[in-house]
Amino acid sequence: MSEDIIIRIRDLKTAYGDHVVHEHLDLDVRKGEIIGIIGPSGCGKSVLLRAITGLKKPAAGSVEVFGKQLETLPEDERSEIERRWGVMFQDGALFSNLTVRENVMVPMKEHTNLSEQLSRELADMKILMAGLEPTASAKFPSDLSGGMRKRAALARALALDPELLFLDEPTAGLDPITAAAFDELIRRLQKALGLTVFLVTHDVDTLNATCDRIAVLGDKHVLAVGTIDELRAFDHPWVQEYFGGPRGRAATGH
Amino acid sequence: MTETSTPEFALETSDEKTILRVSGDWTVRTVQAVDSDLRALTHNGKVVLDVSDLGQLDTAGAFVLDRTARQLSDDEPEIRGEHPIAENLISQVHAVTDVEEPKRKRDGGLIDLLERTGRGFHHMLQEAVATLAFLGETIVTTSRLLLTPWKLRWTSIVAVMEEAGLDAMPIVAFLSFFVGLVVAFIGATTLRDLGSEVFTVELVGFAMLRELGVLLTGIVLAGRTNSSFTAQIGTMKMRQEIDAMQTLGLKPMDVLVAPRIIAMVVVTPVLAFVGTLSGVMGGIIVGWLALDINPALFLDRLQNNVPVDQFWVGMSKAPVFGFVVALIACRQGLNVGGSVQSLGSKTTTSVVQAIFSIIVIDALFAIFYMEMGV
Repeated sequence: MSEDIIIRIRDLKTAYGDHVVHEHLDLDVRKGEIIGIIGPSGCGKSVLLRAITGLKKPAAGSVEVFGKQLETLPEDERSEIERRWGVMFQDGALFSNLTVRENVMVPMKEHTNLSEQLSRELADMKILMAGLEPTASAKFPSDLSGGMRKRAALARALALDPELLFLDEPTAGLDPITAAAFDELIRRLQKALGLTVFLVTHDVDTLNATCDRIAVLGDKHVLAVGTIDELRAFDHPWVQEYFGGPRGRAATGH
Repeated sequence: MTETSTPEFALETSDEKTILRVSGDWTVRTVQAVDSDLRALTHNGKVVLDVSDLGQLDTAGAFVLDRTARQLSDDEPEIRGEHPIAENLISQVHAVTDVEEPKRKRDGGLIDLLERTGRGFHHMLQEAVATLAFLGETIVTTSRLLLTPWKLRWTSIVAVMEEAGLDAMPIVAFLSFFVGLVVAFIGATTLRDLGSEVFTVELVGFAMLRELGVLLTGIVLAGRTNSSFTAQIGTMKMRQEIDAMQTLGLKPMDVLVAPRIIAMVVVTPVLAFVGTLSGVMGGIIVGWLALDINPALFLDRLQNNVPVDQFWVGMSKAPVFGFVVALIACRQGLNVGGSVQSLGSKTTTSVVQAIFSIIVIDALFAIFYMEMGV
């Protein structure tokens, strides 16, 4: 088995009752790449993320992360794997009864032996790194704006310096300048830490700015995987529309 | 998982500069081991950070290195040695942490206590005023709607009546029944010493009809219905549904508060009636089994010796209790902020306030009717 593949999905099927979301879905994510997941609304991008992180049990097929199949692992090994990834949910999913700093400290308290003082300092550093003001750390999530909540969620996802980062629509609802800064931040962190990033997005600018490869979901499986240029040449009506439409052309400069 | 080695460091001072030599893995899992030793380092002057033996490094390690370098000298740390990511990572961490730590306010013991007491008292006054204001608003809204009954939301009124009335009936009946049993037993044992066990009938009659039937109903409603109203409205507030309602031209007072108030005012007397009956039933059973008073005699004595006024006194309180419970529930629900915690605390406040008000109002009624001579 190749060491370089961090996520290996084979013949995945997920379903909610009778409603089948994915069928015969195959996808490989290589170490150190930023892979963008696109597809029409409701095609199961977020469900795929849930299936990989073990929040949604697949109906058939296998999902391997770091070479291990999550469902078959005993509790402690699974927790070991969970320590190596960070997940940022679509609307932040911050714990609303904790301050931003405490939110970032949660994984540190759970998984490391860091002292209160050091984890506090580290949490503040992550918060700054995610682009928030220092004053934000003492605030509660309900006192923050949507964009700030996303940053706080990113800070929490980065708390343990994960090898694998899942981002669900990180730039949705942000203004273009903030979104661009976010792209830049992800790219920089990825370079510095050798992160692998699994990025679910609708934002063509983000795709263009950050992703090494892009996977297109549709018809319950992965339609195509490749760089932006390869995909532009890909003959599928939705993909053509996506990159050929006015927004797609503007973002990719064609 | 790859093996990690413990981080180590050495401070070497030569003539013109000091070299901080680091080795091992400096990651979020390992760095705690050297943290306190690094904090204790003191030095003034130029420092060179030698990273040639450094193993793994992540932002946590980079942060600790950067913090140490900053603590040792004011200048930008000079990094020496080959490492794939060290320089990049440290400079990134250095860039973001280059801000003044905001000063934290300390608690001032006694003054802080006084301040909190003052605030608490002020808050209580505000709360009282706000409750009165809400009472006024509710009365105005409800009366306006009652004058234009076609604008009332009958569906939600009936739904609330089912949920808060019909569904609460078993618990109210059971509680009153058992309290009736207990009152009758206590009465029987005490009155037996005086040879007048038969007065148990009057005891149960007066107690249940005038006080306990309706009071128990009120308390059950305060615990059960009140908390559910607060949680419903509070959750809607938390998820901005109430804001959405307002922007759609719907008034939360009309849509959420008025139906609940009306339903509760109507349904509480019914519950209180059921409660009273079950309480008397408890008394009858004790009389029958323990005192040899057969049910027919019990009812006959009840009819002759307990005036019907007592029943009306009890019933007159029921709508007021229903109103108060719904009022407090809606007000606290609308007070919920954005966090889960505030939902919890408002629900608690709501239940506590409701039980408190019911007992206080019951006492006021008792005084009122006593003065009236009923």
